[in-house]
Amino acid sequence: MVRALGWLSAVALALGLVMAFGVAPRESTQGNVQRIMYVHPPLAWVAYLAFGVVAVASIVYLARRRAGADRLAHASAEVGVVFTGLAIATGSIWGKPTWGTWWTWDARLTSVAILFVMYLGYLLLRGTIEDGERAARYCAVLGIIAALDMPLVHFSVYWWRTLHQPPSLMKPGGFSGSATILWPLLVNLAAFTVLYAYLVAKRARLLRAETEALA
Amino acid sequence: MSYARRAFVVAWKDLLVERRSKETLNALLFFALLLLFVFQFALGPDRERLAGVLPGVLWLGFILSGLLALGRTFLVEREHDCWEGLLLAPGDKSAIYVGKLAGNLALMAVVETLVLGLFVIFFDIDLARAFPGLPVVVALGTIGLAAVGTLFAAMTAHIRAREVLFPVLLLPVQVPVLLGTVKATEALLLGESLASVAHWIKLLAAADVVYIVVGLLLFDVILEG
Repeated sequence: MVRALGWLSAVALALGLVMAFGVAPRESTQGNVQRIMYVHPPLAWVAYLAFGVVAVASIVYLARRRAGADRLAHASAEVGVVFTGLAIATGSIWGKPTWGTWWTWDARLTSVAILFVMYLGYLLLRGTIEDGERAARYCAVLGIIAALDMPLVHFSVYWWRTLHQPPSLMKPGGFSGSATILWPLLVNLAAFTVLYAYLVAKRARLLRAETEALA
Repeated sequence: MSYARRAFVVAWKDLLVERRSKETLNALLFFALLLLFVFQFALGPDRERLAGVLPGVLWLGFILSGLLALGRTFLVEREHDCWEGLLLAPGDKSAIYVGKLAGNLALMAVVETLVLGLFVIFFDIDLARAFPGLPVVVALGTIGLAAVGTLFAAMTAHIRAREVLFPVLLLPVQVPVLLGTVKATEALLLGESLASVAHWIKLLAAADVVYIVVGLLLFDVILEG
């Protein structure tokens, strides 16, 4: 099952890559650098998905006290941090030629950066507690607080300043670009989501093997 | 004992210990004074430039002294082996959270009053102009900081590297509170009305409600073992 997910994500990522370079047109003003936009939004989407899963798994853990829910939260947080880091990196690579700067304290960039440090702290907390049950409880609390804090961070940072382009896919009125742009983006979104599922499943299985080996 | 009475007893005990030992308060007041020196040296004597960064500096002062104060929330229980005693308190454990939070708020109120006084003297801020608004913003910001701080203090009380981990966990979560308080303070010190910062006040109030509700619900989970 996990292996099948791995193969599926490999195939989907390859297809996404082909579409981003083969099907999608060359953007007239930004040039080829715009093609990074077939990777950057999927990465950011997976990051949000991953942290949403952390929150849900944390609530389930506190309600049911199943070690499986804790492992899911742990694995998802790790993958989420990696994808957030990649989203920030790809955004920077795109931002340098397009906005003329690697980094700016725009609202969206800032809230993603806060998300990044918040979950780095989460992983740090996990790393410092030896007792597995206590780590699970404390991290569940932090996972829930971090998720509840996100809307507050979003609004505060938005009022603070803004420069990022508005969302192009999920916005009132729907997507306005052509199908040759839409399909490569959608395929990559699906591909990265499957990759996320694969990595989390793999990591959760590894975490279980670790606890069983130590028990 | 009623819920309110149990919370009150916890707060009263902490404040009594603090009044007799003055351990935290003396150090905090001295720390606040030192911070003022540090800000002055770091930013230079230029009044014009200072005026622009004053709201940020003021909240940096509140937050740094807050980190010190809040991090010590469960120090008495830990150092004197009274943790079990606290856990043995009958009834809903969230009463302990309410008591600890109230004690922290009282302590921070004293420190913040002093910091504000020092700012009036050294940085020449016009408190009268920001009068009805500033205390509201300070109160809302402090409640948000203390509500999460008290919860995280309980969480980090028993783990390694707690002195480092406490601020590392608390600061990212407090970003909305920090932005809201600094921006609102900035507007109020420029003489704008409370109505002009209503959106920030609402955000701070929403943050306070979220943090306190989460604290009440999840404190029990942290105390379990």
